[in-house]
Formats: sequence, C-alpha cells, structure tokens
Amino acid sequence: MAMIEFQDVHKSFGALEVLKGIDATVGKGEVVCIIGPSGSGKSTMLRCVNGLEDYQKGRVLVEGQVVDRNKKSIREVRMEVAMVFQRFNLFPHRTVLENVIEGPVYVKGENRASAIERGRALLERVGLAAKADNHPQQLSGGQQQRVAIARALAMQPRAILFDEPTSALDPELVGEVLTVMRDLAKEGMTMLIVTHEIAFAREVADRVLFIDGGVIVEQGPPSEVLVRPRHPRTQDFLHRVLHPID
Amino acid sequence: MSSFLQDMINFLPALMKGIQLTLIVTVGSIIFSTVLGLVWAIMRLSSNRVLSLTSATIVNILRAIPILVQLFYIYFVMPELGLALTALQAAIIGLGIAYSSYQAEDFRAGIEAVDHGQTEAAQSIGMSRGLMMRRVILPQAIKIILPSYGNTMIMMLKDSSLASTITVAELSLQGKLIASSTFKNTAVFTAVALLYLVMCLPLMGLSRWLEKRMGRRR
Repeated sequence: MAMIEFQDVHKSFGALEVLKGIDATVGKGEVVCIIGPSGSGKSTMLRCVNGLEDYQKGRVLVEGQVVDRNKKSIREVRMEVAMVFQRFNLFPHRTVLENVIEGPVYVKGENRASAIERGRALLERVGLAAKADNHPQQLSGGQQQRVAIARALAMQPRAILFDEPTSALDPELVGEVLTVMRDLAKEGMTMLIVTHEIAFAREVADRVLFIDGGVIVEQGPPSEVLVRPRHPRTQDFLHRVLHPID
Repeated sequence: MSSFLQDMINFLPALMKGIQLTLIVTVGSIIFSTVLGLVWAIMRLSSNRVLSLTSATIVNILRAIPILVQLFYIYFVMPELGLALTALQAAIIGLGIAYSSYQAEDFRAGIEAVDHGQTEAAQSIGMSRGLMMRRVILPQAIKIILPSYGNTMIMMLKDSSLASTITVAELSLQGKLIASSTFKNTAVFTAVALLYLVMCLPLMGLSRWLEKRMGRRR
C-alpha cells in the first residue's frame, strides 16, 4: 500500500481552481520532490495530505485512510505525517527542547522524562544539542529549521512533508538544512518535498513531479525529469531556474 | 490647612471600610469578566456559526447598554424573576457581565493577532483545538492583550463606584455619607480621590511589570 496517494484531487479557492486533477503516489521509504513555478499548486497539494487544506473532489489517502480535515481522524493522520514549514513556525514562547517535546508529551501523552531524553538525542542529531535551552528567536534561520525538523521527527512520523524548507533562508544557511534532510532520506524516511533546490532534488529524490497550472506535467526519476525533461514546460522552467540571468 | 489634613486623617478609618468593599467588587468583577470574556472570545472564534453568532450578539447587546442600567437590571429586576442577589453579589456579577463584552473584544483581537503559522504548526502535530488554544495560542495572545487588559483593570477599579447606586457602601458612597453628615466636602472627596489614585498606582505598576516580563521573551 502506498504511503501517500492522490486520486484525481481537485481543489479551488473560490472560483480559482488550483489543483485540477492530481494523481500521484509516494511509496514507503520514497523521497519525492515536487517542483514547479510559484502559484502552480505545489504547496496546496502538500497541504492536502495533512488536512491543512481541504479539497473538493477526488481523494487523498494516507496508508489507505482517506484524509478529511473535518473528521476527528485527521488528528491521527497528522500524528503519522509530520510537516516542516517554509517559515519554521516554531513556538516562540517555548525553548528549543520544549518545542521538540511539545507534541510527544501533550499530544501523544508520552512520559516527560523519556520525551526529554529522546528530544535531546534528536537535537544532537540535527547538531543543536547546545541550543536546547535557548528560545527559537535566538537562533539563525538554518538552526530554527533544523529544530523544526527535530520537532517533526519527535512525533516518530511515518512520513514528513516539507513545504519549501529552505526558501526563507539566507543562501549560506541552506546547506545545513539540506544536509539534515539528506541524512533522513538515507535512513529511509518517506519524504514529500516541495522545493526549488534542483541540485538537491537531483541527488536525493527517487522521483520528481513537475507541476504547473494545477496539473502534473511530468514525473519520473530525477535523471529523466531534471536532466532530460520531455515536456517543453518542464524544459522552460528548469532553464529559468538554473540560468536565471540568461 | 492643618485642620484640613487632620479632617482627612480622621475620616480614614471610615473610608477604609469603603476601600475594602471597593477592592472586593473590583477583584471579583475583574475575575468574573475575564473568565466570561474568554468564553465569549473563544465562542466568537469558533467555526460553529451558531456559537459565533450567539457570542457576537451577546457582546454587542452588552456593549450597547449602559453599565448602570445593567446593574439596575440585575439588582432590581432579577428579584422579580425569582433571582434575589445581595447588593454586593449583584455589583460583582453586573460589572463582570458588562465588562466581559469589552474583555471579549480585546481577547479576540489578541488571539487573532497571533501568527497563523502557529495554528498550522499546532495542527500539524495533531493538536486538538482546545490543546492548541491552551498551549500555543493563548500564551502568545496574552502578551498582545496585556496593555489593554491593564487599562481595563484600571477602568474597572474606578467603575466599581457604580456599585454605590445599588447600595454597596464602597469608597465613593462611604465618602458621600461622611460628607453629608459632616459637611466637610473638600476634605472628604479629596481623600476619596487620593485613595482611588493610590489604588490605581499598583495596578499600573503591575501591568507595566507584566508587559516587560512577557516582552523579554521575544
């Protein structure tokens, strides 16, 4: 069974249709990158998976279970599928460690001491053990995003959604976040990533989806979609991303 | 001048009884209006249209009726409907209900001012609405609400004098009683005014201290 599955998903904001029939799957342990121009519906597609957006037609399935943001079951989906946001969205009134253990302790009811132990180990893993007692605003963007990844991992999710995780970062801080994500991919975490980092997608993704105008224009392994794109819209987009001042 | 001061000092013990009632009414109605205001605000922000509309209607009605009239209603009309309250109870409940509408609007504005990304982050880790409010939104909203909350506390301290109209012998009524029996209007009301000022100062200090303390975190 696929980890995440989109079946003919349609989504409109009022009169504006942003997803026009999306079909896609993410298998267990697979890393799938979604690329495409801004406004193409990539983030919306991602946000349908954990019910931050609803959709009007079709189905989104997580491990075979239909995602419906208006049902109680949405909370179970969210505990299984974590999310990392473009703007980090850490809790500013809590320390780094408190951010990481918030979900395990207050949502899952995990014992506080064991959550703290796991939380510290996770911070160690993203290279921020020393910052455990700081508040998020004392950290750089790259550090904050790594805390956000630790917070996602603390939920022991079956998959993680990344919504342009490096787009709000200064260029010199992008690498540290991508390194953490690359390690996760190697360890077999299922990841669905909206990104503009073409080089990263080429290296890490098992599959790439190119989406434009609310439809998937082209999908396949990065060696095809990113290196020898077949569709002219993909070729045009990649050219503009890779050679912005030509 | 010295007899003026002497008069003020002589009236102090009697005025102190009034202060006691002023403080009871103020603290009681602040607590009551805060709890009730929070209920209105959370109802108002609910996705349930019935709850939200109910809250909006109640808040607008309360805001449109003078506090004095609300007090009269609770003290004089309620007994006819079979609910008799003591003057003190009526004052606390009346002021509490009246001010809950202003509190509700402040709370709602504060809650809405918290970055929407916080809501999404809370939802993304599976939080229920209640847990999200308690652990994520309200702690951040408090910081935004605090300045207007401090202001409301001061207004409520002063408006506790409205309780005099339903026979609660708080500070202002106590002053009026002393004045009318001694004819020393200047000494009495100067003392009353100064006592209100003295009670307000710690409240102003408290709200500034809280703002500073909460502000340091961000």
